[in-house]
Amino acid sequence: MAAKSTIAERQRASVEPGSLVLLCLGAWLVPGAGHLWLGRRQKGVIFLVALPLMFLTGLLLDGGIFPFELSEPLVALAAASNVAIGLPWLLARMFDLGGGVVTAASYEYGNCFMIVAGLLNSLVILDAFDVAMGRK
Amino acid sequence: MTDHFLLLALFAFFVSLVFSVVLRDDPRAQLQLGFRMFGGFLAAGLVLGWLMYPLPL
Repeated sequence: MAAKSTIAERQRASVEPGSLVLLCLGAWLVPGAGHLWLGRRQKGVIFLVALPLMFLTGLLLDGGIFPFELSEPLVALAAASNVAIGLPWLLARMFDLGGGVVTAASYEYGNCFMIVAGLLNSLVILDAFDVAMGRK
Repeated sequence: MTDHFLLLALFAFFVSLVFSVVLRDDPRAQLQLGFRMFGGFLAAGLVLGWLMYPLPL
């Protein structure tokens, strides 16, 4: 037990706090970038392809990007989940996509795909953080 | 595209892919967990769908 914590401490000390922040920012902006940075190429490529594709599927299903409305907590949480996907969200906002077609049969499915893509990217960011800290 | 089962399967595919890659390091273990999760999603969707079938809208 003591030896394990010593190894963890050593690995922790090798990570610069500045680069850790950059790593998390990069992992947020481009899904999978954190793993690619840390040399986990297979995982990084899978996240890089799968997560933006999931977000794009949500857009194609007429899902909407939620606005930050703090008066409606669930909408604000959905908006935060949308933001968590990073660059795909930025691009969708820039090109005025994600208006959402409420009358479309697949509207709720689209929302679900987009929200979950953001939540999964949050998980991927935390995983990259753990790898950088030497916990995995 | 409004085929509910196809959308369920697509959603299950993405989620089980990401979870299996996050949780396992070995490609073989990733495949095993991925298939099990994917099957679990599909089975749960079908069972819950049939359980809710008699409920009024």
